Amino acid sequence: MKRRDILKLSAFAVAGVAGAELVKAFSLDKYDANRHYYVFVVDARRCIGCGRCVKACKVENDVPDGYYRTWVERYTWLENGELKIESPEGGFNGFPPLKDENVIKSYFVPKLCNQCENPPCVQVCPVGATFKTPDGVVLVDPKYCIGCRYCIQACPYGARYIYPEEGKDTARWNTADKCTFCYHRLKRGLKPACVEVCPTKARMIFDLGNPDEKAKFLEIINNDRVAVLKPEMNTKPKVFYIGIDSEVR
Amino acid sequence: MFEALGYIYPNESEIQWSILIVIYPFISGLVDGAFIVASLERLFNVKSVKPTYRLSLLTALAFLIAAPLPLIAHLGHPERAFEIMFTPHLSSAMAIFGYIYAWCLFVVLLLVIYYDYRRDIVRWAEEKKGLRGAIYRVLTFGYSDVSEESVRKDEKIVYALILIGLPSACLLHGYVGFIFGSVKANIWWSTPLMPIMFLLSSMVSGVALIIVIYVLAMKIKGKQIDMNALDTLASLLLVIYVLDVSVELLEIGHMMYMQEEGIGLIVRLISHELFTTFVVVQFIVGALIPIVLIVVGKKFGKAKVPIYTIASLLALIGIFAMRWNIVIGGQMLSKSMAGIVQYHPEFFGREGIMMAIAIMVVPFVLLTILAKVLPPWEEEYA
Repeated sequence: MKRRDILKLSAFAVAGVAGAELVKAFSLDKYDANRHYYVFVVDARRCIGCGRCVKACKVENDVPDGYYRTWVERYTWLENGELKIESPEGGFNGFPPLKDENVIKSYFVPKLCNQCENPPCVQVCPVGATFKTPDGVVLVDPKYCIGCRYCIQACPYGARYIYPEEGKDTARWNTADKCTFCYHRLKRGLKPACVEVCPTKARMIFDLGNPDEKAKFLEIINNDRVAVLKPEMNTKPKVFYIGIDSEVR
Repeated sequence: MFEALGYIYPNESEIQWSILIVIYPFISGLVDGAFIVASLERLFNVKSVKPTYRLSLLTALAFLIAAPLPLIAHLGHPERAFEIMFTPHLSSAMAIFGYIYAWCLFVVLLLVIYYDYRRDIVRWAEEKKGLRGAIYRVLTFGYSDVSEESVRKDEKIVYALILIGLPSACLLHGYVGFIFGSVKANIWWSTPLMPIMFLLSSMVSGVALIIVIYVLAMKIKGKQIDMNALDTLASLLLVIYVLDVSVELLEIGHMMYMQEEGIGLIVRLISHELFTTFVVVQFIVGALIPIVLIVVGKKFGKAKVPIYTIASLLALIGIFAMRWNIVIGGQMLSKSMAGIVQYHPEFFGREGIMMAIAIMVVPFVLLTILAKVLPPWEEEYA
């Protein structure tokens, strides 16, 4: 095969892949929410607190400064019985080195909306602007939200905020906003931005409607001890954590 | 073993429900309390409070009309406010607000006031000239029969409406308590005692407001204050306030004894951030002192009037502090269970202190207008 042929072939290949992607992108109406169901796994043992997920989320979702659809916390246990929790700017710029000498252990905990199976935010919305999708994601319709903030009060995880008028997306101004698992990406068969950029694969998403992904998720559930946040709230979160202590809230 | 302090979730840096949401339950509580005073006379036949009966009805109406103002001003999209009524999401405790409100305003209060004043309106329509006369002629709604039989019918209708109205008024305010009490994510709010505390405190504030307005109105009009009415209202205030404080102390005592997660934060909140508004203003200045003043004041003759009035003003301040401590206090506890959120209300701006003051003035202006159109000082019929 000549060099020219190789070039030709690779040009065709690129065009083919791009074409397939285009077809995928334009065939959104074919996305059937009833055939998907998403769960998220955070392996806290792998998180290095680099903050790339926070940055990617900000860009992907036009999240204004000072507000977070996702953030990273650092839990530090000290010898004197103190537990230090911090999340400077949501972990956007990573974390400063630990200076305490009497540290027992320390690790990072990425946070995001838990897309609860029994979501208090959906229950309390007086107009039904926030709702559960068949594929297991909780969304807000900014055209409908009246901005009463009851959902923010009801969320036990601090996952929601009011999208301010400094935000780029004017359609969302003064309405409730939160992580959607990057629903616009999921519909195109892509992973959420935070999952995509995580350098250590601490963030994982699985579509239980896909047999392979379901098998991978079940493997994790079988091999590791997983926990959800604030189980006593009976919200039935769909973000599962590996490697966190019960003090994590 | 490990205790965490000083961390709040990054999205918690702003308080979501501002001073406007403190104002709302304060106003709706006054509606409730004023209506209960009115119902005393008609429903429970407490004849001694008759001089304040119509004043209470007008007060309830003025405050009810003003009640949605802070809510609408607070919404991110006020232009969508009516969606709560047109497309309610019925699993939400907030969704039925519009209906309860409309019921209390249109079905109960406006009708009660219409039937209660009908005989006077018909008479004024005949007596008054010009614009005033025209207003009354419109207000008769073309029904000018004031025969004894028809007036007796009016009285029956008013009785029935107040009979329905009393539980409705309790629902309006108890339900606001439920909106807070049912937020399981908030340890300061989530208690089934919340609607009961709201109800009792609303009665306290309503009775106190009627005392203040009645004394002021009599002073302005240069009329004699009916001491019998004042004594009855003061006794009522005393009894309800003791009950209210007892339930609130029960709630605090329960929290302290249960020692559940977050109790460290609650103790910190009460002893630092909320010390002034909770311990000093709500319990000492706003509850203990007025209760003592009323007990002592009963022993005096004419000096009762200023003593009861001061006690009532303090009670109003105390109940306002209670609304503040619940609404703002609850939001100061971070859901991370590890920190306190600070609240610094802005002065100007949509959710500022000036806005709150402006909204608080509205019901008093409305009441002045209402009292001009529908004078609440009952005149004798021959």
